Amino acid sequence: MTTVHVGLPAAVDGGVGASPQRPDGRLKVTGEFAFSSDLWADDMLWGATLRSPHPRARITALDIGPALRVPGVYAVLTHEDVPGAPLYGLEHVDQPVLAAREIRYQGEPIVIVAADHPETARRAARLVEVAYDVLDPVTELAAALDPAGPQVHADRPNLLRHVPIRRGDPHATAAVVVTGEYEVGMQDQAFLGPESGLAVPAEDGGIDLYIATQWLHVDQRQVAACLGLPPEKVRLTLSGVGGAFGAREDLSMQVHACMLALHTGRPVKMVYGREESFFGHVHRHPARLRYEHGADADGRLVYVKARILLDGGAYASSTGAVVANAATLGVGPYDVPNVVMDAYGLYTNNPPCGAMRGFGAVQACFAYESQMDKLAAALGLDPVEVRVRNALTTGDLMPTGQVVEGPAPVAELLRLVRERPPAPAVGDFLPGGTANTTRGEGVVRGVGFGIGIKNVCFSEGFDDFATARVRLELVGGRPAVLVHTAAAEVGQGLVTVQAQIVRTELGVEQVTIAPADTAVGSAGSSSASRQTYMTGGAVRAACQAIRTRLLERLGRAPSTTDNDKKVPFLALEEIAELLGEGAIEETVEWRHRPTHPLDPATGQGDAHVQYAFAAHRATVDVDLELGLVKVVEIVTAQDVGKAVNPGAVAGQIQGGTAQGLGLALMEEIQVVDGKVRNPSFTDYLLPTIMDMPPMSLDVLELADPHSPYGLRGVGEPPTISSTPAVVAAIRAATGAALTRVPVRPEHIVGV
Amino acid sequence: MDFLNPATWADALKMKAERPDAVPIAGGTDVMVELNFHRRRPPALLDLTRIGELSTWDLDGDTLRLGAGVSYARIMAELGEQLPGLAMAARTVGSPQIRNRGTVGGNLGSASPAGDAHPPLLAAGARVELASVRGTRLVPVDEFFTGPKRSVLAPDELIAAVLVRPAAGPEQFSKIGTRNAMVIAVSSFALALHPDRRAVGTGIGSAAPTPRRAAEAELFAAGQLPWDTLGALDPDVVRRFGELVAAAAAPIDDVRGTAAYRRHALAVMARRTLTWAWRDLCG
Ligand SMILES: Cc1cc2nc3c(=O)[nH]c(=O)nc-3n(C[C@H](O)[C@H](O)[C@H](O)COP(=O)(O)OP(=O)(O)OC[C@H]3O[C@@H](n4cnc5c(N)ncnc54)[C@H](O)[C@@H]3O)c2cc1C
Repeated sequence: MTTVHVGLPAAVDGGVGASPQRPDGRLKVTGEFAFSSDLWADDMLWGATLRSPHPRARITALDIGPALRVPGVYAVLTHEDVPGAPLYGLEHVDQPVLAAREIRYQGEPIVIVAADHPETARRAARLVEVAYDVLDPVTELAAALDPAGPQVHADRPNLLRHVPIRRGDPHATAAVVVTGEYEVGMQDQAFLGPESGLAVPAEDGGIDLYIATQWLHVDQRQVAACLGLPPEKVRLTLSGVGGAFGAREDLSMQVHACMLALHTGRPVKMVYGREESFFGHVHRHPARLRYEHGADADGRLVYVKARILLDGGAYASSTGAVVANAATLGVGPYDVPNVVMDAYGLYTNNPPCGAMRGFGAVQACFAYESQMDKLAAALGLDPVEVRVRNALTTGDLMPTGQVVEGPAPVAELLRLVRERPPAPAVGDFLPGGTANTTRGEGVVRGVGFGIGIKNVCFSEGFDDFATARVRLELVGGRPAVLVHTAAAEVGQGLVTVQAQIVRTELGVEQVTIAPADTAVGSAGSSSASRQTYMTGGAVRAACQAIRTRLLERLGRAPSTTDNDKKVPFLALEEIAELLGEGAIEETVEWRHRPTHPLDPATGQGDAHVQYAFAAHRATVDVDLELGLVKVVEIVTAQDVGKAVNPGAVAGQIQGGTAQGLGLALMEEIQVVDGKVRNPSFTDYLLPTIMDMPPMSLDVLELADPHSPYGLRGVGEPPTISSTPAVVAAIRAATGAALTRVPVRPEHIVGV
Repeated sequence: MDFLNPATWADALKMKAERPDAVPIAGGTDVMVELNFHRRRPPALLDLTRIGELSTWDLDGDTLRLGAGVSYARIMAELGEQLPGLAMAARTVGSPQIRNRGTVGGNLGSASPAGDAHPPLLAAGARVELASVRGTRLVPVDEFFTGPKRSVLAPDELIAAVLVRPAAGPEQFSKIGTRNAMVIAVSSFALALHPDRRAVGTGIGSAAPTPRRAAEAELFAAGQLPWDTLGALDPDVVRRFGELVAAAAAPIDDVRGTAAYRRHALAVMARRTLTWAWRDLCG
């Protein structure tokens, strides 16, 4: 063998850095795309769920007889019918598949029904007679934190996780001190495609489940355990996902549909309605945050002390990781020598909370950015200036002691959003929109800033990997590639990105992405802004392995400068010739650099893989008398390392910003005494096109030396800092304190 | 569930008499939500969309007869001159899809305290034409509502039309929502100046068990406005008008807003709309 220099293939259209059309784009905008709620099997039954109306109760009697007697009903199952483990969970196995005795949240499933018509199933479920001993719910965080108070779970304390972080001198003092207490309401992911799936019993006694989810393998593990089946008999295939944002990390109807299918021997479809969906998935943790910032006379931070309480609701879900994020990212993208941070996650009888875009970083960012504005005011400094003076940069230490490696352009992002030209003097329309509430009376302009930090990929020593199988073969005499992974396309554009990576790595334009399923190894979750990094990294590694195999066939050893762009790789014709010997397939399990656990006492440790940053400037018009807000413009700057697909990057930044705007102004699940008061899109308000302003984007591409193509996860950062920027702008216009999001008109007006 | 599909108004009235439990459906933008949320499972639906005359309007002397089935989109497009307050309210209803389907008859049928058509109809002094095989009766709109989602509509009756005098003066409608479009009113207010009668009409939405007028505010303003001179408004009169409108409300705290905010917002809307309308009247 001779060693030769071969680099990347010559560029083909639609590679990394281009914005080719999504393969599913046209179908989605024309309404033809098949979502999981469109699944169909000819002889299928429909499942329905009976849920508890009470947030805390004890079931004293259960009679399924009336439901069983309904014509058309094929099965009525309770906790006694769960074939395997009675409980499941992402981090802690604490959540019953079906409630046996204890009810811990409103909406907890108790009975499932299969019938030949969805309406029949629902009506039968309502006929089940349940007698409850209704108990007082634990709903206040302070009460939940009290060790002497009532416990949500008899066998475990309410304190799910406490993450303390200690850096420097805990008794440091400072010339200027500002304190604040903040509150974040319960946001919902509010995906448009409700929980749905189809379970089909298989001849081998196993089950095939077609499902909209974020992580097929973590579903498979939990479903198999609850069904008492080996994982290989529980086969999952991803079906069309109508949005996720974290809400599909936990199981919803997966085990239920499989139980009904195995019991009846018929395929069973379950689709939640909009109202049930609000009870069928976890939400963003509501939080109470108390902060004290100390700075010297120049505005340099001396210390931050913080206590963050996160309401985990009835079951753990991913609360532990959310708490760790809130703690480790809780002082923001600032260099702070002394930190005393305590973040707590608690069980309550409120709706269970778990993953949602931003994952613990959102709640903290609202508080620390509000504090930075307060500090600027106390010092008489410009809010951007105070941030710039404290901006984190490469080589600085996080409160965890972790060194910030790679680009950390915090100051640059802030300057970029500050230096954008001001918003137009007159917006598209005034606060109140078309509702004719003002002709300019009481309307005041305000501008606010926010910047945030987010970890990318899974942290704290988690064995985070993604698997990709890539097959290069001749199709009609031309090289073509098939990519097979279990990675969930949840709307973010992963299907597009996988093909782009293949085109760049192999120079082959024709790429097909096989349906994601559990026939290939785990890809990990489509969350934590990680999938382009991880599955993208795995696809790239598999392509590189294929390149090596091609060179071997050619009788050449791969060179060390394999990625040298100047030396072209094989031409398409050469590849075609080499494939005459047969297809080449490579499966790669790819990992990011390992992370490490946090010290349980000091919170020290290299817990995160990569940090990502975004900054926002929001300009708002506020009607001071009515408390109505129109966001006039948002400008943002984000470092994405490498924009693998610039169109998709812009989409993520715009969508994430909108979700943060929603939290600032309107999105809240209102919970009173453990009960959800607004489980509908009539009263859970999402921003409309009239609420989202025009945006301008600055996308930086400062490569991270450790990630594929230098990319940085993009999905979450825009959600994090848009909330505090919008609120800061409202404060600037009104002078109101606004310590809670969503901001309501009555908070602005003060009545 | 039976689906009754009359082709004529006479058939519709006959069917409603025979099946008083049948739920009329016009645009379906309330009915279908109730069905989809499993809040209601009526034994029968009575489809009114095939009855052409229901979705027409015409002017008879000084009375405009607005068929119950005329959509918000058409009110915006066709009646901005004659019924400016209602047209403004129509513009704030839902989204374009909802405005294409939703009707004033349906709004009245639902009788929600938050129905956006109600305040301008109250301010304009409209009457509702109710029909059954027994005959037809006219009910002043401020006597139509009897409670939250309740009205004087009898089980065998249908809403045929709304009778209203085209505006003789400026009308305004203003609505508070916590987002800038597609929102159910937190509270709303409609104002009509009737310079011909030197009268003022008002309508309050989403701030009492039913849509209602602010009668005292109407009388106060009618007496205080400088009709003769068409001169500038006295700020004290404007302020007092706002107070009286707020006082006429009986709001509650709910997911959409607090009672205190609703009252406060009504006063602001009353002041502003009076100011705008007076300015429009004076040219
Ligand atoms: C997304 C969305 C947004 C909305 N936004 C608003 C809003 O901003 N403002 C607002 O006011 N409303 C809103 N609505 C509610 C609804 O659109 C209105 O109430 C509309 O006026 C209903 O008209 P419809 O023709 O669709 O009524 P339908 O749903 O067909 O009927 C409504 C009720 O009236 C009865 N009914 C209908 N016609 C007659 C008749 N001729 N005689 C007797 N009874 C009759 C029906 O039996 C039913 O009880 C919204 C609804 C949706 C789904």
